[in-house]
Amino acid sequence: MSLQVTDLRVYYRTLAGDVKALDGVTFDVADGEIMGLAGESGCGKSTLGNSLIRIDGRMKYVAGRVVLDGVELPIEDTDAMNRFRYHDISIIPQYAMSALNPTRKIGKMVAELVESRRRSFRELEGELERRLLLVGLSPDVLDRYPIELSGGMKQRMVMVVSTLLNPSLLIADEITSALDVSSQRAVAQTLVEFRDRSFVDSMIVVTHDVSILYQIADTLTVMYAGKLAEKAPTDVMMEAPLHPYTRLLISSLPEIGVRFEEQRLSGIPGSPPSLLNPPAGCRFRDRCPLAFAKCAEEPPFVEVEPGHAVACWKAS
Amino acid sequence: MLALDRVSKTYRVGLLGGQELRAVRDVSFDLHAGEVVSLIGESGSGKSTIGKMILRLLAVNGGSIALDDVDVSGLRGSELRAYYRRVQGVFQDPYSSCNPIFKVDHLFSVLRDVYFPGLGEAEWRQRQTASLEAVNLEPGQVLHKYPHQLSGGQLQRLLIARALILETEFLVADEIISMLDASTRIDVLNLLGDLKVSGLGILFITHDLSLGNYISERTVILRQGRIVEMGATAKVFGNPLHPYTKMLLASVPHLHDRWGKEGEVAAAWAAAAAAAASEPCLYHAAFPAGSERPGVARPALATIEPDHLVGCCRADGEGAC
Amino acid sequence: MSGPTPVEAFPAAGPSRAAPADESVSRRREILYFALRGRKVVVATAVLVALALVAIVGPILRPGDPNAFVGPLGAPPSEEYWFGTTTFGQDVFAQFAHGLTATFVVGLLGGGVAAIIGMAVGFIAGYRGGVIDEVLNMLTNVVLVIPTLAMLIVVTAYLQARGLVLEAAFIGLTSWPWAARAIRAQTFSLKSREFVDLARISGVSSLRVVFREIAPNMSSYLFMTFILMFGGAILIAASLDFIGLGPTEGTSLGLMMYNAVAWSALQLEMWWWFIPPGIGITAIVGALYVMNVGLDEIFNPRLRES
Repeated sequence: MSLQVTDLRVYYRTLAGDVKALDGVTFDVADGEIMGLAGESGCGKSTLGNSLIRIDGRMKYVAGRVVLDGVELPIEDTDAMNRFRYHDISIIPQYAMSALNPTRKIGKMVAELVESRRRSFRELEGELERRLLLVGLSPDVLDRYPIELSGGMKQRMVMVVSTLLNPSLLIADEITSALDVSSQRAVAQTLVEFRDRSFVDSMIVVTHDVSILYQIADTLTVMYAGKLAEKAPTDVMMEAPLHPYTRLLISSLPEIGVRFEEQRLSGIPGSPPSLLNPPAGCRFRDRCPLAFAKCAEEPPFVEVEPGHAVACWKAS
Repeated sequence: MLALDRVSKTYRVGLLGGQELRAVRDVSFDLHAGEVVSLIGESGSGKSTIGKMILRLLAVNGGSIALDDVDVSGLRGSELRAYYRRVQGVFQDPYSSCNPIFKVDHLFSVLRDVYFPGLGEAEWRQRQTASLEAVNLEPGQVLHKYPHQLSGGQLQRLLIARALILETEFLVADEIISMLDASTRIDVLNLLGDLKVSGLGILFITHDLSLGNYISERTVILRQGRIVEMGATAKVFGNPLHPYTKMLLASVPHLHDRWGKEGEVAAAWAAAAAAAASEPCLYHAAFPAGSERPGVARPALATIEPDHLVGCCRADGEGAC
Repeated sequence: MSGPTPVEAFPAAGPSRAAPADESVSRRREILYFALRGRKVVVATAVLVALALVAIVGPILRPGDPNAFVGPLGAPPSEEYWFGTTTFGQDVFAQFAHGLTATFVVGLLGGGVAAIIGMAVGFIAGYRGGVIDEVLNMLTNVVLVIPTLAMLIVVTAYLQARGLVLEAAFIGLTSWPWAARAIRAQTFSLKSREFVDLARISGVSSLRVVFREIAPNMSSYLFMTFILMFGGAILIAASLDFIGLGPTEGTSLGLMMYNAVAWSALQLEMWWWFIPPGIGITAIVGALYVMNVGLDEIFNPRLRES
């Protein structure tokens, strides 16, 4: 599978005007790649993940192209996108655990979902059970109600259901945030497992937790204020990040072993700009320790070495 | 010193309240001025319940909580108000902690009415400014705003300033940074570190081990309402004794250190469970079954080395393992 | 009839709350914006204001006892008697104007009493919980189940003269359970919000927590509850009057209809006698309910279309 996103712009409608949540994003995802999409709240990563599959009432598609396996996705048309969902592109949305209908047995819900996609549940039943066993769930979980499962179990259930039809691209939106530490690891490793067994070709994993992405993602993309800041293979990103924001972000993560008295970590002073009227030029300029005159002009997102792209005048 | 002694909390659930749900069992630890104690546990471990019991928002069913040897459960009226002068709390969701229909200076004016009724305007303003500056906020920039107009980090710092204006001695910080962004977290965390240095005693409740390790002198690991391991942070993290602690540490995603590839996820979980079962239980090595003396309650934890205690390795800690 | 939907705190505009919002529109401005655009509220208010004007100005134009026999018997509307006269020569317009006043008074008094009792019970039960909640719940259920009509018949058998105030009190004392239930539920949900905990650890007494922290947060809900109580009281009063259990003196819209039916206005084709009071009641109660729906849309952003 291959995904090319070109200059995607998606805004949110509000009373006060358009919030430019996603303002010109261009990147590729290769076959078999797990791309981590990281950033702080309001940077647009959730908007990006969601707009690839469904643009809801509050969002407004403004510009850009999305091409999946050579076919252009009509993302601005919710109905036209229907035939791509679950088959070609699938999502595990945020709060998926609470999205399970509490009054329906899980097996029934899966059957209805599969039938609505015009596939036979009977055909898929065997595969479904195999996958449940794979993630450590017993097949009799299909006979239970969602309330009987723990958070981690529900999350794994939702993962199995979202990938049952073997989509080319899976988007995982903050799937580990609401979980305990012990379940987080199981869920994150399950994602990799799915890719390794070709249930899914490629993934975009959206989260604010960079350390999880370090464990499972092949490439890391960092977003800031609606635009891409840097994209690189994970190891390169951790060892030698080029964008000042990425550097500050990584250095603000407390690892086990780092103590306040010995090494005082520093955050990033200030806060992200308002996306209603974003400033001209580089959006990180106000908080950047390396800002200089040229930053008043917006830096393009360019490749500085193979597979490593940055939007910063100092880096490129 | 804030001392918890064999504190328990039991809820009655089920039809006609027939069943018992033990949220907290037999928890004992101390909090001194100028130190941070991390209370680490996953959801359902009872950590928030302990925080609320310290803040008198929930009643204690068993055991006692004492401030300087005075039991806090009997306090009423002006004594309770005096207690709140010395012990305060900050909660997880900054937006839920502030009444959305009032500007944020309402937080302070409530305190003024209760604790500083006779104070002159100038003096009050001075106090307010001092406490806001202690958290790196500018009064002119935040006090006249509504909660939704400020960022999560600013609100949490404001809520800490609220505690500081009372000259509080102990702070219960219940997951105060889990809803903040990575870059803001560090600022608030560093603020807690500075306050600790200036003498504040902090109970840092969290599920995030790396944060606990960063900021605290002592760590308490909580599981399903009981303490499984407790001691100096360096010892608990450096030499974890309890299988649960070990499992937690193994699950934390480290930077610069990848998880091993263990084949099928299901098999990995089974292997971890089996490994835990085969290790000897250190608690029962110290207190073997049959060693109970009549009339004397066995301590909940066994001391393995100075400032490092551990509980029974069995999942529910009942009976022999 | 469903009550107002519980009000949520103002949800952040757009996807993030992290950025200090110089762009965020304050809540009051947003409410005003929708209030002026919501036709339901505007139209309903207009209707109510018009009728209130009649209730105020009418009795000045037609002072004196509305039940006095002043005109020709059973005359249709004319220049002198705008709504005609009754079988006994009473001025229908005078009755209508005085009746409107009475109807509004009953609504305010009865609705007010119901709202106050409902709030007291609802706040206490919702905030305290536990045993007190159980006891108050039982009380609420008992009052709900009491057959008010039977009770009223018994009461009227003992009282020869009944006034408006008594009727309003009776209505207030029997219709508060609905308000109590609704307010208890909303208080319950607000009580678990962290700002209530914060108020408690600030040494604020329970009474002040309820009145200064919780109640202001549900002010729109309380307002809508009052409006529903107001409308409900009018409807109940009109129904009671219509079946003859109303006040023994004075007049009200319901009483007019009672008299009209009792004296065969329908068969005698004296439409001017029963149509004005009928339209009056329908207009008031209808306007109040429509206003409630409109207010619900304003205060609860989820109900608006984007």
